[in-house]
Amino acid sequence: MAQMLEIRWHGRGGQGSKTASILLGKVCSAADKYIQAFPEYGPERMGAPVIAYNRISDHRVTVHCQIEEPDLVVVLDPTLTATINVTEGLKEGGKVIINTDLPAGKMKEKLNFNGELYTIDANGISEKELGKAFPNTPMLGAVIKVTGMFTMDKFMEMIRKEFSTKFAHKPEVIEGNMNCIRRAFEEVKSE
Amino acid sequence: MGNRIALTGNEAVALAMKQIAPDVVAAYPITPQTEIVQIFSQFVADGDVDTEFVTVESEHSAMSAAVGASAAGARSMTATSSNGLELMFEIVNIASSLRLPIVMPIVNRTISGPINIHCDHSDVMAIRDSGWILLFGENAQNAYDNLLMANRIAEHQDVMLPVAVNLDGFIISHAVENIDIVANEDVRDFVGDYYPEKYLLDEEHPLTMGPVDLQDFLFEHKRQQIETLKIVPQIVQEISDEFAELTGRQYEFFEKYKLDDAEIAIVAIGSTAGTTKAAIDNLRERGLKVGLLSIRLYRPFPADAIVKALSHVKAIGVMDRSESYSNTGGPLFSDIRAAMYDAGETAKIINIIYGLGGRDITVKDLENVIGRVKEVQDSNQIAEKVIYYGVRE
Repeated sequence: MAQMLEIRWHGRGGQGSKTASILLGKVCSAADKYIQAFPEYGPERMGAPVIAYNRISDHRVTVHCQIEEPDLVVVLDPTLTATINVTEGLKEGGKVIINTDLPAGKMKEKLNFNGELYTIDANGISEKELGKAFPNTPMLGAVIKVTGMFTMDKFMEMIRKEFSTKFAHKPEVIEGNMNCIRRAFEEVKSE
Repeated sequence: MGNRIALTGNEAVALAMKQIAPDVVAAYPITPQTEIVQIFSQFVADGDVDTEFVTVESEHSAMSAAVGASAAGARSMTATSSNGLELMFEIVNIASSLRLPIVMPIVNRTISGPINIHCDHSDVMAIRDSGWILLFGENAQNAYDNLLMANRIAEHQDVMLPVAVNLDGFIISHAVENIDIVANEDVRDFVGDYYPEKYLLDEEHPLTMGPVDLQDFLFEHKRQQIETLKIVPQIVQEISDEFAELTGRQYEFFEKYKLDDAEIAIVAIGSTAGTTKAAIDNLRERGLKVGLLSIRLYRPFPADAIVKALSHVKAIGVMDRSESYSNTGGPLFSDIRAAMYDAGETAKIINIIYGLGGRDITVKDLENVIGRVKEVQDSNQIAEKVIYYGVRE
């Protein structure tokens, strides 16, 4: 089981946590990994806390339950930390990535968390690149950097293929999303 | 030959339908339908498949239209879920008794009330005794593969019965997983064309279907239906073996996982079987001899093969994701116990009812469940015949 990476995405309905998990899953699948990408099934309401999951493995994944002990937690909305214990169940040595403009030290204090924590201003990046706060694609860039799953060039090449299918009817958003990912990859930091 | 892509269970099933390209798909296009027909209707709209897509005003009408189309001689499909299946119920029985080889994916979700849209098996268990052939699987790959085999089974000249291909609601239907898909031309060759022997639009040989069938003949017709079901398992296996030659993926009546040397067995249906494998791996590392029997062909029930596969175990935990409201446990439990009793097997069997309304069941939960079965083995006593696992009491 050591080869399996389990990710839990925390966001709010409408921020694209589920889409991010599916995009990551599809890219990893295209890279010959066995994957799962699925939301926590519940009412889908704009603004309500939502969770999505990824399992990524070298072997076929047979488990079909929610992830209780993730290796990585990704938080798309920092206001969630006021009401949800986002580090709950995080594995020993597990990592956290949060969308915030605060420094990592400050976030660690807020979360009372001493492990590896990374921050990225995903809202700032997407407002600049897409004209609106869509934190999910920047968070993907941060995840790729923090996990070291792919080199940036390799991931950019693969995600472009996914975007060209996903955004077949609105290709004008592809470049903005590509820029979001690239910038987040470069700007995610642990200090 | 094929390739591996990442799809939701619904997408995988809709893709299989596109590759099969049935003559007619009849569907009620809003909830409690599934995304399957929504995705499929897009294929039709985009001209990717030339199926006649009939939108109807209810699930009752969807199955009625499928019955009409199938009786007319067309390869017909629909898909459903949950309360939609219950609304179909009247016509579900007509489809099987008219010997119409309709194929229907069912996304297994609980039935109301109270209102809940999540996974359990209460929808399909309500048609357990309707004369349909019921196939199950643990993941999207199994759903896709079972669907590719379903027409062949249904339309086999010695069968001519409808087939339902089941997949767990949300857990499989809405989750993205990798599946190995079969190339379009291979699907076409494998599934083949459908030439019914008897059909209503055959002007040369006019016939009536579904007339009044009173005391003097109905019993004989039911008897024929029952006799047919006796040979279904053999035909399911023949077609499964042929599918294995094409894809390398071998299906049987059930999947055995680490069962041959097991002292304890879990019997399960659906996605939980997959999660159980991880629990078994963990417990095997601690020296516990536990294995799994995951049901694929549930109706007709391959009792003899199941008894044979379980004959050496000392204790069995049967997992039911639905109730039968009989005070004697769930439907699978009844089936397994009856089969084992007939064979004179003395293994202690308990029932675990779990996951109703979509309650999650984790690897740890399943380790606990196996622990309960181990207690039965150790004490050689059944303290609690039916356990309701994971419920607040």
